[in-house]
Amino acid sequence: MNIINIDRIAKVYQVGSEEVHALRDVSLRIDKNEYVAIMGPSGSGKSTLMNMLGCLDTPTSGIYDFKGVSVSEMTDNELARIRNKEIGFVFQTFNLLARSDAVHNVELPLIYAGVASAERKERARQALIDVGLEDRMHHKPNELSGGQRQRVAIARALVSKPAIILADEPTGNLDSKTGEEIMALFHEIHEKGNTIILVTHEEYIAEHALRIVRLKDGLIEKDENVEKRFIPKVKASVS
Amino acid sequence: MSPMIFELNEGLAIAWRAIRANKIRAALTMLGIFIGITAVVLMSTAIKGIDNSFKNGISALGSDVLYVDKWSWFSNDEWWKMRNRRNIEMEDYRKFKELAKLPLAVAPVTNSRQTVKYDDKKVEGVFLTGSNADYVKTTNFTFDQGRFYSEIESNASRNVAVIGSEISAKLFPRGDALDKTIKIGGTNFKIVGVLAEQGSVVLGPFNPDNQVFIPIGTIFKNFISRHSQTVTLNVRAPNPNMVEETKAEAEGIMRKIRGLSYDQPNDFSINQQEGLQEQYDSFVGVIQIAGLFITGLSLFVGAIGIMNIMFVSVKERTKEIGLRKAIGAKRRTIMTQFLLESSVICLLGGLIGLIAALLLSLMLNQFFPTAIQYDVVIIAILISLLTGIVSGLAPAYTAAKMDPVDALRYE
Repeated sequence: MNIINIDRIAKVYQVGSEEVHALRDVSLRIDKNEYVAIMGPSGSGKSTLMNMLGCLDTPTSGIYDFKGVSVSEMTDNELARIRNKEIGFVFQTFNLLARSDAVHNVELPLIYAGVASAERKERARQALIDVGLEDRMHHKPNELSGGQRQRVAIARALVSKPAIILADEPTGNLDSKTGEEIMALFHEIHEKGNTIILVTHEEYIAEHALRIVRLKDGLIEKDENVEKRFIPKVKASVS
Repeated sequence: MSPMIFELNEGLAIAWRAIRANKIRAALTMLGIFIGITAVVLMSTAIKGIDNSFKNGISALGSDVLYVDKWSWFSNDEWWKMRNRRNIEMEDYRKFKELAKLPLAVAPVTNSRQTVKYDDKKVEGVFLTGSNADYVKTTNFTFDQGRFYSEIESNASRNVAVIGSEISAKLFPRGDALDKTIKIGGTNFKIVGVLAEQGSVVLGPFNPDNQVFIPIGTIFKNFISRHSQTVTLNVRAPNPNMVEETKAEAEGIMRKIRGLSYDQPNDFSINQQEGLQEQYDSFVGVIQIAGLFITGLSLFVGAIGIMNIMFVSVKERTKEIGLRKAIGAKRRTIMTQFLLESSVICLLGGLIGLIAALLLSLMLNQFFPTAIQYDVVIIAILISLLTGIVSGLAPAYTAAKMDPVDALRYE
């Protein structure tokens, strides 16, 4: 089933009096249960593409169909709704609410979806159990290790059962061992049927995915399946 | 639960968390509103207190009483013109009393200041009012002990006195003034009555609580010469609705008594408490406006402080706002969150300010009349809320408008 269908999108920014062509002509198809890595050097447009995919921004031209619905001309509120229900973000810097505990962080998307308190808390707790944090539910971010924080972020991304998980350099702020644990978690999530899009500049991380899309200067240079894929040996649910 | 109430509920929960998370900042913000509200409420309770006190005093004097006098209480005429007027004499009083049909009572009044002593205690500069038995009918005095002096005592110019509650408290702290003998200016007087507290701090020495009342004949005998100063006629109208008619009649009679021809102006004045009330009202009106303006200003400054802090808060939480938007918060949701935050802070500050003001006015009541007005309380609460909403509006809008991509990138 097709989730993302991008056809010839371009994004142009005005920086002062100059025009920056962040994306020139990008077309891309992503189906359900795919595991795609997007790679590229700085200035290649991969962040811009990620923002497009995540419905955080709209293209200057071109079409973006999300689950068959055109997104490119949606209003801010409509985009917000899509982000809330269909997209689970995982950031390099975790982006948790520092003064709230794990449960409250995870239930945040559900609050914006209008879910009642009791149900939200139940679903948030379950999501935390699924990522192996049942002992850390009421900890605040500063009481958690880097890996644990990222797990909370992943639980938050999963809690609204989104169509895609969008991860931007998810291991960038973690040491290699913890990074590997997180990649193992992503592997598990993918196996359960989720669709994962990973943005990274590290070759090693990209090769955990099944497909790599390489960007350069706002265009897709290569789009190929991964031959020798890394399967993490570490158990995912380790603190 | 309807979506709007849900959003409000959740917004409040988020706002409350944010406040608890940064208690110092919230406290400092509240300080601005707190001071503003305390000042406003305190000022209005003080003004209302003075107002009540004045009205109490006035009503003790009677709103249906006219004062026929040489002097006018308020006038544009030069003082020296009035100074040259003839005094009103006891003879004028007698004629007036004979001719006036409408009044309930007419009493001649003249004053002196004397020292009053009992035992080892004394009160200096006491306002002495000399009149006759009818005087009490021209007031609304109430008695704590005894009675006013009688017609017989007055006609015989006996050395009897009625004292005000403050005088009694100072000379007879045990409250046993009745039938005792005091010295007024060196002369002995027997106390036949003690007034209950009439309660008008504002009138100062003219407050009946601070006065002593003796027969007019006695005052002439002991303290002042008959013709040295004017006598005032206190004229009581039959009821408050007939004050104007009584005044008209009084004017006619006085003109006749004084032998004025039709083209001559009055050489006397008829004063009314109403005039006092009007002057007072306009005076208080000005004070009220000035006071409210000043305290309103402090509230305004507080509001600006809040706006400032909210802006800082928004900037500080840029990444958080970006995150919330990325997760699906709509503009309206972010706006509501920050508006609620500033409103809750202001409301809390206002409530604390209110409580502080009420406590302070209770304490001040020892020295100064204050009166808690419930409409001021409600207005104070509404103002706090309004201030919160208004000063939070611009920062909230800034937060709502943020581009999530830029916000997430913010360092």
